[in-house]
Amino acid sequence: MSGWFMEARSRLSLLALVLLANVLVAPGFLELRLVDGRLFGGIIDILNRGAPVMLLAVGMAPVIATRGIDLSVGAVMAIAGAVAAATVNAGHAWPVAVIAALGTGLACGLWNGILVTIFRMQPIVATLILMVAGRGIAQMITEGRVLTFTDDGLAGVSSASLLGLPLPVLIALAAAIVTGLLVRATALGLFVEAVGTSPRAARLAGVPAPGILIGVYVWSGLMAALAGLIAAADIRGADANNAGLWLELDAILAVVIGGTSLYGGRFSIGLSVLGALILQGMRTCILRSGLPPELNLLLMALVIALVLVVQSPACQPAIARLTARLTRKGTA
Amino acid sequence: MNARTLPFLATLGVFILLYAACAIQYPSMLSSRVIGNLLTDNAFLGVLAVGMTFVILSGGIDLSVGAVMGFTTVALAVMIEGAGLHPLASFTIVLVGGAAFGCGVGVAIHWLKAPPFIVTLTAMFLARGAALLLSTDSIPVRHEFYQTLSGLSLSLPGSGRLGLIAMVMLLAFVLGGVLLHFTRAGLRVYALGGNARFAGLMGIDTARTTILVYGVSSTMAALAGIIFSLYTRSGYALTGVGVELDAIAAVVIGGTLLSGGVGGMAGSLIGVLIQGLILTWITFDGSLSSWWTKIAIGMLLFIFIGLQRLILQFSAPTGRTG
Repeated sequence: MSGWFMEARSRLSLLALVLLANVLVAPGFLELRLVDGRLFGGIIDILNRGAPVMLLAVGMAPVIATRGIDLSVGAVMAIAGAVAAATVNAGHAWPVAVIAALGTGLACGLWNGILVTIFRMQPIVATLILMVAGRGIAQMITEGRVLTFTDDGLAGVSSASLLGLPLPVLIALAAAIVTGLLVRATALGLFVEAVGTSPRAARLAGVPAPGILIGVYVWSGLMAALAGLIAAADIRGADANNAGLWLELDAILAVVIGGTSLYGGRFSIGLSVLGALILQGMRTCILRSGLPPELNLLLMALVIALVLVVQSPACQPAIARLTARLTRKGTA
Repeated sequence: MNARTLPFLATLGVFILLYAACAIQYPSMLSSRVIGNLLTDNAFLGVLAVGMTFVILSGGIDLSVGAVMGFTTVALAVMIEGAGLHPLASFTIVLVGGAAFGCGVGVAIHWLKAPPFIVTLTAMFLARGAALLLSTDSIPVRHEFYQTLSGLSLSLPGSGRLGLIAMVMLLAFVLGGVLLHFTRAGLRVYALGGNARFAGLMGIDTARTTILVYGVSSTMAALAGIIFSLYTRSGYALTGVGVELDAIAAVVIGGTLLSGGVGGMAGSLIGVLIQGLILTWITFDGSLSSWWTKIAIGMLLFIFIGLQRLILQFSAPTGRTG
């Protein structure tokens, strides 16, 4: 627990640093205004824009903890958005569209999970199939164009607000809390980590490994569908080509920045959400600073490189020595 | 025939069947013009697949190739049109730069003991970001040397032509195949992909092999950038977005296992040609939309990976189960 606390502290200080940078480039950043019962301001903006990646990261973290990876989440977002738009355009009510989109995400996750468990494919290959084909399927549903809709209920997934907070933020936070409770208040999280550490040992210890594996991919698909709904509601249309494009990489980065090892066995929902917020904070900072947005990619590369170097076995002894010296100084 | 050649033979069989089906529907598919275009249009993908074959056989993955290719096209345009450098000098610079970049990626993977997936992802952001910083616009290249190179081609029997870039691609496959299948360095790549720890215990220099593999991959990506630059006569930072997935798909469809250690160069060429053929067929058909390409490639990936799993399951008990 203290390890988690130290990691949380380092991620929080990183987030604080990013927010500080935001304040420096835009002095009014921390201001909050209430307009028509909805809060506006820099922090809300980061939360709101970061919601899709937060959702994807919440789904991706357990997958990575099982030593897997889900490359298909961006494509699943596009499919779910397309299904929702097509459903309301066919004259159904918006709750039906939401259920249809979530069902689609569930089915996509089930497909991935079955490939990984029953066909015993490597996760990267299994989800690559849906990543390649998924966008094609989404294009098939939207017939290659941006499928717009006028349904206010569905658009509300992005524009509505509750208690002053935009709905996407609430959805992402609720998803993170529900997932966190699911994995930490029960033994599910331990099962997931056991499968990631050693599938054979987990099986011998009586962990239902296939069920756990299918479960994490289904959950990831479901989170992707939620993110897809938000993305579609945001533009009041389903864009099969661009919805969720490259967001799988953002989600993986958020999870890695959150300290989850790509070699499996350990994960944290809360830290992954922090990772997503750090990424979005960096994006916003560059956007507001007036620097060319192209710098985003370079800066992201630098941050990951830093995380990799810090996490690398080659650097661990040096870091351990440094922290030991610092704590000695602190107590002396 | 053993478990290792069976996936390749299956790939070859699928390609021949696919081509036969296309040719029955559209007899002009058999013309040397279509064959020449198939090779020319997919030359950059083929060159990328050569490098990706090395990486995947070593048990790794390289997500940065599309970005390196994009960066190369912009760098060439800036050097030739902006700085007035001769194209040949520019080609040398980008090839050396590509090799150095790839070696750096290999060093990072080995030294940081980090997953190739995340290191090459970082490299992808780095290369794409650098390309966008150079220029966000598409820069045309009007140098007359480009005209000369584009004009070079070999006449095929019939009305077809084999362009220079198609010849470069075929040469890359031949040289890559020789390096992989007939040299000690190639053997080390297989050993590393088979089992990295045992390879180390056997006295194989895993650091050198890792650096070689990613060095080759990035050099090929730079070469693909040159080819794309000649093909479109321009440089654009967003060139080749997502093309790394096509290259991975080509290698996998070609019978190489993504877990490393099993596969070969010839299959990757067929993998590229199968993708090109699907695209050509959809163009011929005219009524089908381009999204069918993605769905078809996804289905092919599924079929081939399933096939490989079956073959491995039923082959000798010593066979790897991945």
